[in-house]
Parts: sequence; structure tokens; C-alpha cells
Amino acid sequence: MEHSNSLRKVKKAQLHPIHKEKVVLSDEQIISDLLPRKFGKLGIIWIAILLAFCAVGMFAYYRQLRYGLIVTSMRDYASWGIYISNFVFFVAISLVGSLITAVLRLTGVHWATPLTRIAEIIAVAAITFGAIIIIVDMGRPDRFYNLFLFGRLQSPIIWDVTVITTYFFISCLLLYIPLLPDMKILLSNTKAGGPSKLYKFMGSFWKGTHLQFRISKKAINILCIAIVPVAFSIHTVTSWLFATTYRPGWDSTNFGAYFIAGAFLAGAGAVNVAMFVFRKYYKLENYITQEHFDKMGKITVMLGMLYLYFNVNEYLVPYFKMKKPEVAFLDSLFTGSFSILFWSAIFGGMIIPMIVLLFKKGRTPLPMFVCGIMIVVGAWFKRYLIVTPTLLQPFLPMHNVPESYKHYFPSWEEWSIALASLSGALLIITIFVRFFPIIPIQETIIEQHEKEHHH
Amino acid sequence: MDINNTSRKEFLASLLTTGLVLAGCSTKKSPFEEGADEMVKPTGEKVKLLSVDGEVIEVDKAFLKPVPDMPAVTNSEARRGIPGKKFVMVIDLSRCKNLRKCQAACNHMHHVHSDLNWLKVYPMDEGEHTAPYWQPTTCMHCDEPPCVKVCPVDATFKRQDGIVLIDSDRCIGCRFCMAACPYSIRVFNWEAPDTIPEEVCGQPYNPETSVPQKKGTVGKCDFCPDMARKGELPHCVSACPNGTFFYGDLNEDSVTNGAETFRFSDLIRDKAGYQLMDELGTKPSVYYLPPAARNFPFEKGMENDKG
Repeated sequence: MEHSNSLRKVKKAQLHPIHKEKVVLSDEQIISDLLPRKFGKLGIIWIAILLAFCAVGMFAYYRQLRYGLIVTSMRDYASWGIYISNFVFFVAISLVGSLITAVLRLTGVHWATPLTRIAEIIAVAAITFGAIIIIVDMGRPDRFYNLFLFGRLQSPIIWDVTVITTYFFISCLLLYIPLLPDMKILLSNTKAGGPSKLYKFMGSFWKGTHLQFRISKKAINILCIAIVPVAFSIHTVTSWLFATTYRPGWDSTNFGAYFIAGAFLAGAGAVNVAMFVFRKYYKLENYITQEHFDKMGKITVMLGMLYLYFNVNEYLVPYFKMKKPEVAFLDSLFTGSFSILFWSAIFGGMIIPMIVLLFKKGRTPLPMFVCGIMIVVGAWFKRYLIVTPTLLQPFLPMHNVPESYKHYFPSWEEWSIALASLSGALLIITIFVRFFPIIPIQETIIEQHEKEHHH
Repeated sequence: MDINNTSRKEFLASLLTTGLVLAGCSTKKSPFEEGADEMVKPTGEKVKLLSVDGEVIEVDKAFLKPVPDMPAVTNSEARRGIPGKKFVMVIDLSRCKNLRKCQAACNHMHHVHSDLNWLKVYPMDEGEHTAPYWQPTTCMHCDEPPCVKVCPVDATFKRQDGIVLIDSDRCIGCRFCMAACPYSIRVFNWEAPDTIPEEVCGQPYNPETSVPQKKGTVGKCDFCPDMARKGELPHCVSACPNGTFFYGDLNEDSVTNGAETFRFSDLIRDKAGYQLMDELGTKPSVYYLPPAARNFPFEKGMENDKG
């Protein structure tokens, strides 16, 4: 089959990564390569799977609304479960938007330009479903408006609502404004019909004049600067949902920095996965090149080492002291009921990917993809290990409760809803890619011209 | 209304009246109904009562009418609290036998879900060589409550009388307070409580009664402020046959378990009272008297323990 032949060709290229000559592409070539396309068979199957997960999740949520949170396995001790760890995971992943789009843009790193929209849509999708999963976790979502009618500024939850809403809006703007120049290209290259109407509505006012470009550039600059403190805030404040309590494992001064370091690593892993998938599916080898994988791989290693440093501080220092409330907690992580999960997350999610990416051969598309998946999955389980084990080691004995209260393993409703939220986020990304170019066309053209000028 | 200034006779009289009120609760006729007086036929059965002047009088049972409970306080009144009071509890660990009558009374009167207990009795087995003891644990009604600090909607709040209450009409069920409480005293209504009788279901909700509990909200010991307004002790205090719980007012420096009344400061000084996990800075309102000179060996409580 044609598909397997091309696969073999790509594989060969990966096994012997040759320094590719800088390919000079014409404007028309760039546009035709990067225009969004209709989904093939694989794409339709992918969307069908995601929709199926969403449907099951919605049914599970209906059951939860009807019977109460009793359908979950959360009980009085493990009162926060995978909904909350999923929320933390989403907030973590969404930080990648600020890293790649803002930080790399501001520091003038141009090789990252093709990746900015990938990072930004991951950020928007993740933060959207972070907000949704938090509402799902509420015992009385019908009283959601209480947060605005009676919100107490002293509560870390209100801080979280504020910064996450702010981050969502800034991320949307950072997705929309750089998209405007591409809207013009889309309008002139798409037949009249559904998508064309959408492009008209979103960006027909963009004419590409000097003034518009200047305003757009300034706006993007301001947003990039603004998003950095907001991004730091969202994950610091989310970490404070735990660090403002007394519990062992949460009562740590390390949490803000620890969470942010973890977020950057998880986000980098997500971008690595997305890079590989889009490059492969849309044949974007000229735009997401070997160089991109190499550079992102190096960044991932750096972030991994930073996160490892924070993990050492977070776990080895209390282990040295073994304070009474922390003994049971640390034992459960290192050698007890959570030990398999813990060491898998540390080795599979951090150490092994880092080692692989230290080598040049490891920083090629397929190994990067596999390591990216390991990092992201490891990140998901690590967030779970932050949330629930602490709750199962309370200060006072677990007594006068039914036996089910002393353990936690998510029910099928919780799994479905968590999977549905992940599917929903992936669905947002997928639908976005159907209608909008995943690599900024106008910016690629501009940079191509700058490269030619250089030569 | 002051618990501490009430003499024992008046206290017993009020107990008696309450008992009659509760007994008469089954009849639905209100004494304020029109023509209520005419419907009474003397049964010939006489009941001895203590009059306001201190005399013992006999009244025909038929003339005793159930008085509708005192009107519920408004939400803002429930949030403000009883002025001039600072409620404290002292729990004498040398008296506890893990009978858990306190737990049963509290659960029953607040119609708590059958899986939940607002009051827990823990077997405290601290160290390798320390002797285990039973510790009844209520909400500490901390003066620096971590739960109140984190609540995003002011559904849990501290009143001027020291009591920390939950407004189940406002709670959004985020369970942050449960994560924040180091005493793990808060419980959650994962489903609608299964123990609420029908009459109670329709009762107007009031944070002071904490009844009826609502699905998807947090619940906990409330120090029974509705009983305090009536001049009575919380249900756990009255239910314990060993008099383990002492309840009172810090401003009056006096606590009572219904039978004995002590000067709070003397009790704490003489029996070396302490607070639970006070090093966390929560400033609990519940004090414990160490289990020195126990009334019962620890093993006696194991018979009753269900885990």
C-alpha cells in the first residue's frame, strides 16, 4: 500500500538523519502545503473515537448529576480524585502556550515560529477543559454563580478562577491575532461555502496593510509579555490549592516552582507529540524539520532536568527527616500502595525520556514522539500522585467510616468523564486543524523571504 | 437563657418541658388554632410540674399542648451568632468507653446520612510505648479556622460566639474545606441523606439546625447552636452516660456536662487540659483532659468498636 511505502521512506530518513539543505519554497508552495484540508479516513476514525468517548462521558455525567457524587469512588478521605488531578494536568499542559508562543517569541527564537500555533491551540483546548472538569467536580454545579455573587477574595479558589479566566482570554487572543493574516490567505484560497463564511466573519477586515501589521505586531508583543506572569500565576495558584493546607505531601514551600517546572515539561512533551502527528499526517517535513525535533528535544531535556531537581527537593528532603505525619505518606509512595505508580511516573515519565533525548539519535521524530507520550502519560499519573495519596494519609486515624472510605480507585463514571475531558480537548484541537492552518502561513512566508534576503 | 446561671431545678424543669414538647410532637394540633381549648377533655391523668414560682403543681395531662418549635433564625442572624458567648467544649478522655451514644444521638438528631458520622471516636494509639485511649472528636470550631479561610463562597463562616457553621444553601460542594481541615472532621453528602423523615424534609433550612442536610454539600458538627438558643446542651453532651463531654461559655469560665459544672480554667489547670494539634495554629475551641486515672480500660471499648 502506498501509505506503508511512504512510512518506510520516512523511517529511513529517521535512521540516518542527514543535515537537510535549507529548502527554498515558493509562496504558492507554502500556501498549498499549509492550507487546512478535509479529513481522510484516519481523521474521521479519530474524530469518531473522540466523539464516542465524549458521549460515554456525558452519560456518566448525567448519572452523576442525578445521583450525586456517590457515583464516583471519592469519599470523605479521598475527597479529591482524578477530576482534580485531571484539572491540574490540564492547567499544566496549557502552560506550553506561554512557553513556546510567548517566551520563545520574546527571546527572538525564530525556529519556533511553526510551533506557535500548535502550542497555542493546545493551551486553549487544555485550559477550556480544565475549567469544565472543575465544574464537573463540584457537588452543586447549579450553584456555580455563587462564585461570582458571594466570591471571597481570600480564597485560593477565587484566585484560581480569576487567573485562569485571564489566561484563557489572553491565550485566545494570542491564537486569534496571529491567525488574522492567514485568514486573508484562507479567504482567497477557499471556495465559497461553510468554512469561507467562518473566515469572513473572523477576519475579513484584515487587509494586510502596513498599519495593520504594525498594530498586530505590537498587540502580539504586549500579549506575549502579559501572558508570562499570568502563566506563572495559574500554575502557582493551582499549586496553592494544595500548599495552603497542612497535609503531609502538600504542606511544602516548594510547590509553586515545582508545579511550574512540571508544567513546562508536560507541555513540551505534548508539543513533541503534536509536532510528530501533524508532520506525519499533513506531510509537513519541510516546515517541522529535523532541526525542530533536535531543538525541542534539547529544551525537553533541560526542562526534564529542572523538574527532576524539584522532585529531589520535594521528596528526598522530607524523607531525610521522616516527620511523623509524613512517614505513612512517604512510605506509601516509595514502597507502599502507590509505589509502582510513583516509580513508573518518575522513571517512565522523566528519567528514561530524558536519557533517550540526551542522544542526537534520540532527538529524531519517532523517539521524540514516543518520549513525548511517556512524558505526558507520566505527567498525568504524577498529578494523581500529588492529589490522592496525601488525602489517604490524614493526621487522625481513618475510623468510624465504611471500609470503602479508606481506599480510592476511580469508578467507571470517573474514568469515562476524565477520558471524555481529554477527548474533548483533543477534539477542539482536531476541529481547529480542520479549518485553520496549524502552521502560520503568513509568518512562514515572511520568514522564507527573510531567509532569501540573507542569502 | 443562660445555661450557667440556671439553677438545677429550673434546668430540670426546662428538660421536662422539652420532653413533653417532644412527646406531644406527634399530635398535629397547634395550641394557637381556633377552638383548640374546647376540644380538650380532661383524661384524669395528672402530671406533676414545677411552677414558675418553684411550687410543685399537678396538671391534667390533656391540658399540656405541644408548642411549635421556636421560629427559625434568619440566615443573617445565623451568620452573626449568639452575642456575648464564646462556646468551648472540654472532653474528659479518662471517661470515654467508646459507647458512641454521643455519635448515635448526634447522627439521629441531625438526620445524617447512614454512612456518615459527624462525631468520631478514634482509638488513639500514638507511640510505641504510649497507652492507647478513645478520643471523641468533634469539630474544633477553631479560632483560626483553615476551612473558613479557603471557602470560595463564604458557605462556611465563623460567628461571634465562636461557632463555625455551614450554610448548605450556599455550599457549592468544592470540598476545599475538607482538604484544608487537619482534623478530617468534615463529611460530604455524596448522595442525599437517607435518614430524613418526611416532616423534616419540608422544614425550612437554617444553618443553626443543619437540618435537612443537602446532597452535594459539606456537613459537620455544629455545636448545636439551636439547642444553645433554647438554653440546652448539645445532643452529644446529654447523650453520654459517662459525662465525658463538658460544654460551656469561655466568657463565663464555666462548663457543664449536665450533671457536673466546673470552672473551665480550674478544670484545665487541674487536669492538664490540652488542644489537639494546636501547633498548627488553628486555635481550637475544644480542649481535652488527658486519660489519667481512667474509668475504663481501653479494651472495654474494643467490644463496641466497628472500625
